[in-house]
Amino acid sequence: MRNLVPVLVVLAVIAGLWYAAVAPMNIRGALMVAERSGETVVPEGTSTRFDVSVWKLMADNPDHIHLAYGLDRPRLPTPGQVAGELWASTGAMALEGNGFSNRSLIYHGWITLRSTLWGFLLGTFLGLLGAVAIVHARVVDMSLMPWAIISQTIPIVALAPMIIVLSSQVGIDGRGVPKAIISAYLCYFPVLVGMVTGLRSPDRSQLDLLKTYNASQWQVFSKLRMPASLPYLFASLKIGIAAALVGTIVGELPTGAISGLGARILIGDQFGTPLAIWAALFAAAILAGILVTLLDVTQRLTLRRMGVR
Amino acid sequence: MLVAAIVFWLAAWGMNVAIANSPGRDTTPARVMVPLMFGVALLVLWEGLVTAFNVPGVILPPPSQVAQTIAGSTGMLWIDFRQTLLKGALSGYAIGCVVAFLVAVLIDRVPFLTRGLLPIGNFVAALPIVGIAPILVSWYGFDWQSKAAVVVVMVFFPMLVNTVQGLRETDAMQRDLMRTYGASYWQTLMKLRLPAAMPFIFNGLKISSSLALIGAIVAEYFGSPTHGMGFRISTGVGSLSIDLVWAEIAVAALAGTLFYGLVAWFERRVTFWHPSHWH
Repeated sequence: MRNLVPVLVVLAVIAGLWYAAVAPMNIRGALMVAERSGETVVPEGTSTRFDVSVWKLMADNPDHIHLAYGLDRPRLPTPGQVAGELWASTGAMALEGNGFSNRSLIYHGWITLRSTLWGFLLGTFLGLLGAVAIVHARVVDMSLMPWAIISQTIPIVALAPMIIVLSSQVGIDGRGVPKAIISAYLCYFPVLVGMVTGLRSPDRSQLDLLKTYNASQWQVFSKLRMPASLPYLFASLKIGIAAALVGTIVGELPTGAISGLGARILIGDQFGTPLAIWAALFAAAILAGILVTLLDVTQRLTLRRMGVR
Repeated sequence: MLVAAIVFWLAAWGMNVAIANSPGRDTTPARVMVPLMFGVALLVLWEGLVTAFNVPGVILPPPSQVAQTIAGSTGMLWIDFRQTLLKGALSGYAIGCVVAFLVAVLIDRVPFLTRGLLPIGNFVAALPIVGIAPILVSWYGFDWQSKAAVVVVMVFFPMLVNTVQGLRETDAMQRDLMRTYGASYWQTLMKLRLPAAMPFIFNGLKISSSLALIGAIVAEYFGSPTHGMGFRISTGVGSLSIDLVWAEIAVAALAGTLFYGLVAWFERRVTFWHPSHWH
């Protein structure tokens, strides 16, 4: 709460800068619109204006600057335009009762969310499995850990189009499964690394104590290592779910998908509708925020019940 | 063929178990040998499975065919490598990390900004920023400049957040000690706080190194000159020349690993004092 005022001030400054940047970014488009509607623009003709800097254009045509804030296809939309488009494609459509039609971002967000969650589950499962094996078997630690690190330096997006072709060749229809695979790939590593650290976090004396109790390896795992690793697990899960969302969106980008937030960005690019891109981008950001916040709340509740803090 | 591959895999695994349980397991040769055997065994198994089940090359080419493709098209791979990694990813990485570092030092001087920007930075670092690629491509054109711009935006916030957090690492006692020495702000920064921040800064650099490759390649899916790794991958998938795609991926993996290794090497030189390097 102490941070609330600074955060709001910084946000306001960012919004102000954004708003100020709209005029120079859009002035060429604005002048083009003004010229077409028959008004006088100082250097006439789009091609002659191309060599003039945006600042000079703004100084010479002060009457037309306001047009930059209302373009249909702006290079940089105003925050208000983005919010309006976002509302028009989510809330307004839901009010009309077709919130789940394939033009609404609720529908596309749901498609993306579904793949993200499947990928997150798969990736977390693999990460946990790998971490348990690495902590308990030296040979796995020595052979697997270096490759887990190397696998992160491979740009997964390089694999994305191929995973989709591959899975359709193998006979999997639709894009849900390949997208989930890609997001699992991005999400397993943070979980693996965090859990290895977490499972190793009990110190020698605690492990020795359990040995004096004659505890079996399973008991050491379930009564000491697992509870001790929970704070690490949640920290990794938060990174993991954000990574899973990135994976899903990347899986939707380069492949000609038609549903999902990434596909909305792609389609907005192909049809030259920047507002659609921005709205989908913000919808993705909001989705990421909700997912991370949900995990954060779960973490607080769980750790408090366990008496950690 | 398949039987031979499986036998090889089992033998390699057995050898790894033997090495991992032998007294010399913490020596450098053992540390290199075990993962290397694991990787080679995987490749052999892949080769064996693909040839045994007659998997067509359009689905999954065997490693030997990929190796042939790499050997046969080094010129093209080099052009793509230069376009995507040297021009796009590396310049964006350098600009993004340097700017983020300077901004971090700047906002660290103003506690108000630290408290205001850090939560926002943390949040933005978790967002799917790759999505801005089409916008930046339409702003900066098809060539590498737009890719560098995407990379700059992608690496900025992880780097910023890590640096700011690192700069807060020193405790009040250490800073008070510097003050009793009469050290100026800059002396405290250079001699105490920056060295203490180095593990965090390198963490940011390492995270950014893989983000930079992702950003540069994804941005090429939205338009690029007729070369570049992302361009080659998307057209390679379209024309079903999957061996070429795997060749590009191999190059990307190698370059990414070298890049990461280089950052990690510098880290060990710079932060040799940190507990995580003691063992």
